[in-house]
Amino acid sequence: MTTTETPVDNGVNVEALLGVRGVLPDTPEIAQFKWRSTVDWVNGTHSRSHVETFYGFNDEQQHHKRFSYDIDHPLQFAAQDNGVTPVEYVLVALGGCLTAGVAAVAQQRSIQLRSVKATVAADMDLHGILGADPDIRNGFSGVSVSYEIDADATADEIKALVAQSQKRSAVYDIMTNPTSVTVDVI
Amino acid sequence: MPDTTTVIVGAGHSGLAMSYCLAAQSVDHVVLERADVANSWRTQRWDSLRLLTPNWMTRLPGYGYQGADPDGYLDAKQVTALLEDYARASGAPVLGGTTVTSVRAAGDGYVVRTDQGSWHALTVVLASGAAAVPVMPAVASAVPAGITSVTPAGYRNPDELPQGGVLVVGASASGIQLADELHRSGRPVTLAVGEHVRMPRTYRDRDILWWMDAAGVLDQRYDEVDDLVRARHVPSMQLVGSPGRTLDLNALTSAGVRLAGRLAGIQDGVAQFSGSLPNVCALADLKLNRLLDTIDAWAGMPGERPAPTIVRTAPLRLDLRSGEISSIVWATGFRPDLSWLDVPVLDRKGRVAHDGGVTACPGLYLLGMPFLRRRKSSLIDGAANDAADLTAHLVSHLDARAGGRERRAS
Repeated sequence: MTTTETPVDNGVNVEALLGVRGVLPDTPEIAQFKWRSTVDWVNGTHSRSHVETFYGFNDEQQHHKRFSYDIDHPLQFAAQDNGVTPVEYVLVALGGCLTAGVAAVAQQRSIQLRSVKATVAADMDLHGILGADPDIRNGFSGVSVSYEIDADATADEIKALVAQSQKRSAVYDIMTNPTSVTVDVI
Repeated sequence: MPDTTTVIVGAGHSGLAMSYCLAAQSVDHVVLERADVANSWRTQRWDSLRLLTPNWMTRLPGYGYQGADPDGYLDAKQVTALLEDYARASGAPVLGGTTVTSVRAAGDGYVVRTDQGSWHALTVVLASGAAAVPVMPAVASAVPAGITSVTPAGYRNPDELPQGGVLVVGASASGIQLADELHRSGRPVTLAVGEHVRMPRTYRDRDILWWMDAAGVLDQRYDEVDDLVRARHVPSMQLVGSPGRTLDLNALTSAGVRLAGRLAGIQDGVAQFSGSLPNVCALADLKLNRLLDTIDAWAGMPGERPAPTIVRTAPLRLDLRSGEISSIVWATGFRPDLSWLDVPVLDRKGRVAHDGGVTACPGLYLLGMPFLRRRKSSLIDGAANDAADLTAHLVSHLDARAGGRERRAS
């Protein structure tokens, strides 16, 4: 990595993150988080999801505003295309999580980023969700992420940023490992 | 109750190194050993196992290899014989057949209870080993009936396992060696690979450990690393004690071993593997290249780099009820057994909290743990420096205590 006269600034407050890690040994319970979203059906395959509150650091927490997301399917599925599909939100989440990780790891390693661009793609065989072939799964058959990164670093240092980001990514973990899911009706 | 200045728990290489250093400082002590010197080398090693470090590197305080094969690797019987000879030559006061049942603070020292009576000691050194008990992940309880499960501590040779496919869980030194041996025995092997430390046996015609030793990599101190928690949990190097032989994932796949991602779960008898195999291989390749960069910088010239790890399409599921898998080898690590330690020095995960082997309880020390004081602390070769450092600390603790007494008396 190159030493420049201006301090490296990727806009990530690494000190705050390391500060949290520093107090965990004495207060491990503050690490217990709960994330939430709600969803309301609108019509057809269109629904609207909201995200506003979460729990963590021993307390109820709130985003600075209520975020809303339209979810639908495209015209090609005979739907109204009021929003992107649920599986595309998964790609948004993965790309967002990995890219936040790249920025944070770069800051921690004193690497100045100039641009970071990722293309996230997933393959899916519709035989699965249409119930047309029991041997085909509903979900993705594979996911690929391709990064183009311009930074003050060697090619191997940039590869190491991306590898470390995967290693510490929640969404990458959620997608690559099984997670227990319970759904009930009240 | 007999009195001594120091009780050392465990007569492996660490405990014996500590005994040697204490004797050199005329500190009265005993070494309590549940069975015989080098017990785990007698009872917990598979038949083909050899040390990962070459003979010239098998150094202890006052001992260096003098044999005819400095570049060879000792087998378990040879390590046992070496430690027996070392204990004898150094006159270590080992009390064998003495199992420690509790250590607790008493007055200004400790009471060490054993099945052969109790000792009172001013100081105690815990040297019973980092690898006392094999660790199996929680998912092991979900393995369907009829499948044989073994750990590296209990495994001896392929003949003990049923015919048929083997799932080896874990790709550090034990996992890759057992995957290789079981594959050679004619059993189809699937190797579940999580984070690992890729290591060529040789680099530029020398043992990789020669380079790490010469370039000072193994001397890196615990107070010099960025992330000590991480450094203390780095898995063992993918090495086998065989001259010139690199046993990495590429070697295993070209021999016909099938790789899968980390074992992530077992549901309804079906093993599920993580989709993270490409990334754990990328991490290991990048980490190896950083090590080789360090070596090149020290040597002043570049060497030929190993080819990147080849990751083919890996299975995400494996039905353990289909008959394809007959046995599972859990090469998923070890942990210490300090269940008898009744002193409040454990962290919330039950590990001894320490600063380079010095605990918060005055006079209580820990030895023989990964990256205790240096990167080489997990190797036999690391015991000499660590034992010397802890002996210096222990002696100054005794001096300060004696000084305080004199001051109080005057």
